[in-house]
Amino acid sequence: MAKSHVTTSINGQPQEFLCEPGDTLLDVLRNDLNLTGTKEGCGSGDCGACSVTLNGRLVCSCLVLGVEVEGAEVGTIEGVSTGDGLHVIQEKFLEHAALQCGICTPGLIVSAKALLEENPNPTEEEARYYLAGNLCRCTGYDKIIKAVMDSAETLRGVA
Amino acid sequence: MAIVIFSSELQKLTGEEQTRVDAEVFKDIVTEISNQYSALEHDELMKMAVAIDGEIIHTPFLEKVAATSEVHFLYRISGG
Amino acid sequence: MSEAQEFKYIGQRTIRPDGFDKVTGRATYGADLTLPGMIWGKTLRSPHAHAKILSIDTSKAEAHPDVMSVATFKDFVSLQSESVAGTEDAAGVLDVARNCLADDKVLYHGHAIAAIAARTESAAKDALALIDVKYELLPAVMDVEDAMKEDSSVLHDDMFTAGYDEKPSKASNIATRVEMKMGDVEAGFAEADVIVEREFRTPTAHQGYIEPHACTVTYDENGQSMVWCCTQGHFDVRTLTAKVLGMELGKLKVIASEIGGGFGGKTVIYQEPVALVLSKKSGRPVKMVMDRDEVFIATGPTSAAKLKAKVGVKKDGTITAMQGWMAYEAGAFKGSPMVPGVMTMFTPYDCPNVLVEGFDVVVNKSKVAAYRAPGAPQAEYAAEMVVNELAELLGMDPIDLRLKNAAKEGTQTIYGPKLKRVGLVECLEAAKNSPHYLSPLPEGQGRGLASGFWFNIGGQSSVSVNMNPDGTGTIVEGSPDIGGSRASMQMMAAEVLQIEPKNLKPIIADTENLPYSQGTGGSRTTFATGMAVIEASEKVVAQVKERAAAVWNVTAEQVEYADGVARNTAGEDSMTLAEVCKNAEKTGGQISGNANINARGAGPSFAVHICDVAVDKETGKVDVTRYTAIQDAGKAIHPGYVEGQLQGGAVQGIGWALNEEYVFNADGVMENPGFLDYRIPLASDLPMIETITVEVPNAFHPYGVRGVGETGIIPPLGAVGYAVGNAIDRKVEELPCSPPRVLALIQNG
Repeated sequence: MAKSHVTTSINGQPQEFLCEPGDTLLDVLRNDLNLTGTKEGCGSGDCGACSVTLNGRLVCSCLVLGVEVEGAEVGTIEGVSTGDGLHVIQEKFLEHAALQCGICTPGLIVSAKALLEENPNPTEEEARYYLAGNLCRCTGYDKIIKAVMDSAETLRGVA
Repeated sequence: MAIVIFSSELQKLTGEEQTRVDAEVFKDIVTEISNQYSALEHDELMKMAVAIDGEIIHTPFLEKVAATSEVHFLYRISGG
Repeated sequence: MSEAQEFKYIGQRTIRPDGFDKVTGRATYGADLTLPGMIWGKTLRSPHAHAKILSIDTSKAEAHPDVMSVATFKDFVSLQSESVAGTEDAAGVLDVARNCLADDKVLYHGHAIAAIAARTESAAKDALALIDVKYELLPAVMDVEDAMKEDSSVLHDDMFTAGYDEKPSKASNIATRVEMKMGDVEAGFAEADVIVEREFRTPTAHQGYIEPHACTVTYDENGQSMVWCCTQGHFDVRTLTAKVLGMELGKLKVIASEIGGGFGGKTVIYQEPVALVLSKKSGRPVKMVMDRDEVFIATGPTSAAKLKAKVGVKKDGTITAMQGWMAYEAGAFKGSPMVPGVMTMFTPYDCPNVLVEGFDVVVNKSKVAAYRAPGAPQAEYAAEMVVNELAELLGMDPIDLRLKNAAKEGTQTIYGPKLKRVGLVECLEAAKNSPHYLSPLPEGQGRGLASGFWFNIGGQSSVSVNMNPDGTGTIVEGSPDIGGSRASMQMMAAEVLQIEPKNLKPIIADTENLPYSQGTGGSRTTFATGMAVIEASEKVVAQVKERAAAVWNVTAEQVEYADGVARNTAGEDSMTLAEVCKNAEKTGGQISGNANINARGAGPSFAVHICDVAVDKETGKVDVTRYTAIQDAGKAIHPGYVEGQLQGGAVQGIGWALNEEYVFNADGVMENPGFLDYRIPLASDLPMIETITVEVPNAFHPYGVRGVGETGIIPPLGAVGYAVGNAIDRKVEELPCSPPRVLALIQNG
């Protein structure tokens, strides 16, 4: 089948790629662009390990086709830390020991960042529901929620 | 003489709950008791873990055994 | 070790050394390696639970232009050789090989039959449809009751039950029977004032790691073959893969990638030898990554079990006899964790009269793999539920009943030795004084409590600590790090070397860079590999003293080493570790210490969990409203990651108790092989998991460490199960307490 040519932006950088009509954004990121920070846990939108932002909206990249990102802005884990170092959320994940194996961590950090951009002052319950689409099998979520709540405080400048 | 205590499973083969063995190293204990009880197979015993005075050892081959030691054979445990 | 050691670094909450890579997405996991010329492998799996394979025709697939190679069981040529056949070990390897690719029979829905390598993943997947397999269907045996029947369909006609005095004359699905006993249970029950006997069931449940099994391999006929994979034990992957393929260990390098969860499920091999066959036949590197449904139908799970527990107690709370029976599903090949189930069932109790009988039973489900304290959660669940019921009948606090009968130093175990110093009493006391237990149960809710016991293991660990000329160092270890163990290795080495942990970089070496190291499992890594790190670091300190002594013309005994500085006790001289390392080229060469140990003296870890639940009486949905996990760590090297183990184990156990189960249709086909329908706990399902880390040091470890990884999954089954029963005033016997089951209990009484 003929490949489609797609022009997009990933983490603020212009990017072109060719993909099959059936290739997901996740396939493109991982296999064609070597952005392997985005993980595949299920391929069916159930685990959130492949979370990215598409025009600022949180999505599972396994549920988006590569051809759909024509002209869009894609944000992945690779774009979360800036030249100055880690993002506050990344630092708080490390401080709170909020990761064990770390496979869910990129997706959770992308999701947590989206949460705090939408809602800088979430309650614990709001954080738990927003992150309910990101499965973690190691931590029981306790330290993840603490890291996110602490990040929120720091980002609001109250800590 | 170290005391070797048999599990209920091993008792089916030894007919006895325990025995005393005059040996200082684990491998010699195995040789001794497999000579003493014909139903005990030397190679099978060597595959088992052992507890010497409560310390579980998975590969006890050359382990020293004190004259007052209590020795139990047990299944090897792995884990998850 | 003394009980009151002062530590400089141990016990701190340091930032893990691999953390930066993990929060930035740079860490490379099983599916993240791409090699030049690499192609993709996919697996054809059985749609049937039990069938004879009459023929496999791969010719159409082989003729397809995108297909580069095809593998079937016939490609495991060396398995036929005489040198491998005939020993018990060889039989084990044969089972492993037959699980990687079916031989003459498929034994479960999802059983691998053939694999195809093609230019792209989707091409490989599409080409699977070109393989033509002819089957003769056989009846599917889907639970222990069916499997144990005299007239059951038999999975393996060469399997005879082991463990009876007389060898059975007929093949059976019961692989092994084990009986352990002490004292006289009949006499014990005769002494009892109250006896409770109940039957329990636990479901087939999966480890549920988020990262699917993945590997990238290269076969090289000149002896440079390589496997990159996510595994808990890359040395064991090498052993098993080499055996299946008849390779020499020295010709196969296995590299452990970062691993996205394992919990016991990544201690075995599935795709590795198949990928090597595909690579050999195509001359290309091959990557294989399982889809999520493949992970569910063909890997893991842990045993579903049927259990009976009977416990007798006097009016004053003294337990007089404990009796258990259990049948564990092994899946398609023998080897369920029934034996540790028998060994652990009643170990939290000091009771003289105990009898436990267990059966390892094959059924048409995927072969079980280890899962966190394998075998213990099911057995101890049955025991804890009955003990709780006895406490209720006696009108006794369940903690007091346990304290009265708690296993402690000197308690005779059913599996042989008497216990050394253990921390169950301390955990029970901590539970009794916990904010959770002291708080009243909210109106309408239920509360449950359970204890748990797991052995932990030691085993072989190899470590090398290599110092650099500037005084920094590398800790080279062979234990894959699943949960942050590199942080604890770094801290233990820092403690010995008395330098900042961040100056020491722990790495996981491949199989060519260290001698054999046992996998990460059995809660052994911080304990056993930690012991090797300590020993290797002590050798570095010894060399530092020798080098400094040589410079100062004194003996090594005259040199003291503290706070990262060597001092001459016979003079005024001192040198920092960095200075000694800088000088090393002039004083005898670079400095390193290594330790290849077989650690023993693993310390058992006991735990007590408390759970409150609210049950929606209309729907049967259970919400955990409060949860506390208390566990003896011996010594918590990194308290944050110890708490993480307690919380993670607790939540896996909560999932097992409340929701997780395989659902099969009448033909033995799994109907819920995805995270939507096999529902593991979500962030929104849970409260914070409160933890209390108890520290009763393990005398056999220099710093007192016990393993902490596994025990935490044991108590939740009983704690949650009893809390649900308590909330709805019913007796829970079957797990999980999913809404339909709880609703049926409420409605039917």
